[in-house]
Amino acid sequence: MAIRADEIPVSRGRPRGTARVSGWLDRERILGPVFVTPALLLLLLLVAYPFVMAVYFSLSNAFIGRPSEFIGIRNFVRLWDSDAFRQTFQNAFVFTGVAVFFKIVMGITLALLLNEQLWFKRMIRGAVLLPWVIPTALSTLGWWWMFNSLYSVVNWTGIAIGLMDPPGPNWLGQRYYAMAAVITVNIWRGLPFFAISILAALVAIPKELYEAAEADGANANARFWHITLPLLKPVLAVVVLFSTIFTFSDFNIVYVLTRGGPINSTHLFATLSRVLGIDTGRIGEGAAVSLYLFPLLVFVVWAQLRFVRKQAY
Amino acid sequence: MAVAKRPLLSKTMRHLALLPFLVFALFPFYHMTLTSLKQDKELYDRHAVPLIIRQAPTLEHYSKLIWETEFLTWTKNSLLVTILATTASVAIGTVAAYALARLKFFGVSTFGTGIFVTYLVPTTLLFLPLAQVVNWVGLGDSKWALVLTYPTFLVPFCTWLLMGYFRTVPKEVEECAMVDGATRIQALWRIVLPIAVPGLVCATLFAFTLSWNEFIYALTFTSSSDQITASVGVTSELIRGDIYYWGELMAGAILGSVPIVILYVFFLDYYVSGLTAGAIK
Repeated sequence: MAIRADEIPVSRGRPRGTARVSGWLDRERILGPVFVTPALLLLLLLVAYPFVMAVYFSLSNAFIGRPSEFIGIRNFVRLWDSDAFRQTFQNAFVFTGVAVFFKIVMGITLALLLNEQLWFKRMIRGAVLLPWVIPTALSTLGWWWMFNSLYSVVNWTGIAIGLMDPPGPNWLGQRYYAMAAVITVNIWRGLPFFAISILAALVAIPKELYEAAEADGANANARFWHITLPLLKPVLAVVVLFSTIFTFSDFNIVYVLTRGGPINSTHLFATLSRVLGIDTGRIGEGAAVSLYLFPLLVFVVWAQLRFVRKQAY
Repeated sequence: MAVAKRPLLSKTMRHLALLPFLVFALFPFYHMTLTSLKQDKELYDRHAVPLIIRQAPTLEHYSKLIWETEFLTWTKNSLLVTILATTASVAIGTVAAYALARLKFFGVSTFGTGIFVTYLVPTTLLFLPLAQVVNWVGLGDSKWALVLTYPTFLVPFCTWLLMGYFRTVPKEVEECAMVDGATRIQALWRIVLPIAVPGLVCATLFAFTLSWNEFIYALTFTSSSDQITASVGVTSELIRGDIYYWGELMAGAILGSVPIVILYVFFLDYYVSGLTAGAIK
């Protein structure tokens, strides 16, 4: 669909002053910076500057409503010595590791199923994606009710089909169960992202590869391991890196479901950071907690940049 | 006959295999809806079957939520913040993305990398210092603080998404217009933007969804019940002391999701394409 240049309405004969301004704006070296200035200012003032502040806070004894002093890395050391922080550190890795693992395995399975001939394909795709678009804080309220100690529908069903002994676990009140609950909700909310991204990669695999392999006598299993999985690798890598950052820095699910309890057993960096920085006013320590996220962020950004560069250029 | 039957059988099997995934994805919504429609009598009866409604369903929880709480104010706040932040971010993101995708100027690749890096910075890393910034500019406990801060994650996102779209518009179309005397801005406005409309729709939808769903900034920067958004209002104001009004809570969670669900039903394909175009949180 070619657009012919002579069909494009162009106003001619502008007044002189405007002509000079737009003449200037026609130069890439001028228009470029003009176009990126709003975004640049925003990112400098509201991302870069706060980030530098966070680093300063973490190195100070900042406390709400009190002038702060520089105290070096004492916050980081003190955190490392505290049980609550160590527990959080461990939780973050368990939470992220388990959740991302299940999202990968279930995501691949779901994508393979969605890639087949289906009835109501659009509706099924829509249903599968739904958990990911609904506000997480609100949908987590639904899960909170499902895990309620007295009226849990999960326990009711478990007991009804003979999986659990009455009264069933107190999901949010016992440590390992609480962790299982927050991980389940995270998988629920993050699975669509994996499934849809992997599905897009599956659709792009040429059918001829499978036909050739089938002609050579490869069974479904062999075709999956030798064709599908290797070709999915680049997409999987990007999706896993991405999801790792956002699972690691999750806040909403834990905040709504357990507030980090019972006894810190489900705290993540973001929720502990909020408790310290906002609820108890120790901004310095709060900032130090959230900065423990930073090394991971640097690694993921580095890895992503390598991938993005490779794919884009 | 036998040949026709076998694919049908395997097709049925595939649907059966999908069933657990569908139940997992949809059951929470089903259960929330039921809860919001049940009478309290049935809701708090421990011998009742929680999976169905036995007694007459009621809209009592919805009417209580709307008339006896400030739910409508929270929804209005959410709408205001979301519309303003989305509009500003799509506009800022569009020009930045165009410059990054098309123009050559000093620092273009550095800025492109900068956008990508901030796109990956989670909001939970910045909420503490941003709370101080918000107080300094005099917007503490105000929904305007959210209008100011939401673009910090929306602009990198919109820019990144739109850069991809602008790259797909052939350079020649634009050059043709310019040879014919259009300025670059006219070419952008009349030629490139109309072609990039699907990208703009996608960016707008996602920006709207992301800011409607935002929680930690809204929770941290606002607290008065006339300033908070729907997500914060429903999660914090509907719980008084140790008493949970589960019916109202579920009604609030459902109504608070309605704007997103409406968009979702109409623009499902954009959501799918946006998700796959670039990784999105």
